[in-house]
Amino acid sequence: MSGDKSDFFDKPDNVRRLLRIFYGICALLVALDFVVHRHTEFRWEGLPAFYPLYGFVGCVLLVIVAKWMRRFLMRPEDYYDRAELVDSDSQGGRGDV
Amino acid sequence: MFEVAPFIPFFVAALIALFVRGWPRALLMIAVPVLGLANLWLLGPGSFGAYSVLDFDLLLFRADRLSLLFGYLFHIAALIAIIYSLHLRDTMQQVASLLYAGSALGAVFAGDLLTLFIFWELLALTSVFLVWARRTGRAYLAGLRYFTLQILSGLLLLGGIIFYAQTQGSLEFGHIGLGQGAQASMGQWMIFLAFGIKCAFPFFHNWLTDAYPESTPTGTVFLSAFTTKVAVYALARAYPGTELLVYIGATMACFPIFYAVIENDLRRVLAYSLINQLGFMVVGIGIGTSLAINGAVAHAFNDVIFKGLLFMSMGAVLQMTGRINGSELGGLYKTMPKTTVLCIIGAASISAFPLFSGFVSKSMIMSAAIKNGHDWVWLILLFASAGVFHHAGIKIPYFAFFAHDSGLRAKEPPTNMLVAMSIAAALCLAVGIYPQALYRLLPFEMAYSPYDITHVLTQLQLLFFSALAFVWLNLRRLYPPELPSVNLDAEWLYRRLLPTAARGFVTGVFRLDERLRKSALRMIERLLTAMTSHYKPDGVMARSWLTGSMVAGVVLVLGVYLLLGFSR
Repeated sequence: MSGDKSDFFDKPDNVRRLLRIFYGICALLVALDFVVHRHTEFRWEGLPAFYPLYGFVGCVLLVIVAKWMRRFLMRPEDYYDRAELVDSDSQGGRGDV
Repeated sequence: MFEVAPFIPFFVAALIALFVRGWPRALLMIAVPVLGLANLWLLGPGSFGAYSVLDFDLLLFRADRLSLLFGYLFHIAALIAIIYSLHLRDTMQQVASLLYAGSALGAVFAGDLLTLFIFWELLALTSVFLVWARRTGRAYLAGLRYFTLQILSGLLLLGGIIFYAQTQGSLEFGHIGLGQGAQASMGQWMIFLAFGIKCAFPFFHNWLTDAYPESTPTGTVFLSAFTTKVAVYALARAYPGTELLVYIGATMACFPIFYAVIENDLRRVLAYSLINQLGFMVVGIGIGTSLAINGAVAHAFNDVIFKGLLFMSMGAVLQMTGRINGSELGGLYKTMPKTTVLCIIGAASISAFPLFSGFVSKSMIMSAAIKNGHDWVWLILLFASAGVFHHAGIKIPYFAFFAHDSGLRAKEPPTNMLVAMSIAAALCLAVGIYPQALYRLLPFEMAYSPYDITHVLTQLQLLFFSALAFVWLNLRRLYPPELPSVNLDAEWLYRRLLPTAARGFVTGVFRLDERLRKSALRMIERLLTAMTSHYKPDGVMARSWLTGSMVAGVVLVLGVYLLLGFSR
């Protein structure tokens, strides 16, 4: 497990194989939706592939909205520190107003 | 039999820990939660320790199924966190953590509101030392802000108790409720708000995301277990079925996940996801049916364990690498494989994968929401479940242990940390695989099985396609990169706006003061020049007077005297 020799995830082939398995499982889960009869309690729940779509669309929206939020929420890392830490460091010195 | 209230062993041990060190202290600290748990098990439901202050009857220990479950939970959490912090050589931190755990137990078993208030304040007082234990400027300031808000919550509670006692005539800590229309009293709302601050309601949540990530690697594990869960317990006891809580909870479940996606400090990501999990519990309490309350309490139980596990794994990363920002980490799986696996177990639990603990409790709240006609809330919670997996389930392990290789080659953390994480991981799996053990301890009897084919299939579909979204966004390079940054939140109001406004106000006052002084000086100056001008060589006062005009003056004065004499 030393860092010098290349580890499992360093090989693109391994990653590709894992992703392929992952896609396979996803496809299988959607296919099961049409085979298994699941009982529903909510009017949209009965739609075919409701949960996969909700999960996928929900997460993509989540990320896109979060990215958009960065445009007006993001500040430099020392945004608060600049003012706060200066104040506390100069305690006992001159009264910073 | 001699009965000991659960908080007493912790307080006594904290006192002893001041004087012993080395392995006796370690032994003592491990023994306390173990023996305490045995003691609590023997005590069982019941009450003792009645005393009275003024005209009020107070009760030190009152246990029913609800408080007992939280009692067991806090002992387990304390044990895990203590093992995790065994390597510490820091008396302040160790003593504070024992007192803190004891205060949480005292609050949970308080039979009346005044006792609750005392432990409520002790929680704040003892936990702030765990923040300060980091001993940095940032931690000091974050601790101060944390402490201020916690004390505010305590003062609101005290005020609420006073009003409440006036109308009710009793201090018993039972169902309080918000009341309807005219019955609604000030006291009920104040107590509600006091609980709400500790429970990180929206706009009061920043003490959590502010202080927890600034604490020490071990301190955060303690902090994440107790304060908010005491608040959940208090809400479950006093305000079950309050509809407002459903909407507050849905908000809490939803908005933090957006922040979690763009947050860089991974422990702050976990702090946001802690609020999100609290949201689920608050919704459960708000619905108030026996299934919902059971779900909320069971979820609190599981959350302490898996959130503790996640905080522990990130604490281990911080401890071994000295970094915690996602932008600086990555590739740690190569040298920290055990921590990686344990973190993934925690991530799977919080994401509610079948066979992991989150699955068996979150589903109860979801079922309760839909059974009671809260369709929209159910949809929001479903979205929040997918989002949890996205930010806590994938983001945390991915950016810490995989992603791009940061070049860091940190060793595994000390054995005691690994042991603590393993215990938590084992509990996550045990509860997930055999949920009936937990269900039997819940406040209400019920027949509920989370493992039916519909539920497992739909949950797997939801989670796998959330993961698919992550993979797709990453491959398309749409996923927001980890950036060193600060994201504005409600705290901006008191960390930036208020200080700036205060500073502006003070500067304004100073400027006004200066201007007033200046104009006063100018007026005095003008007066002086006016005065001196009269005494100058040809001024009025310095002029030589004619004798005639002096006589005229004297005559005038005498005339006035004469007039005055007549008017007598």
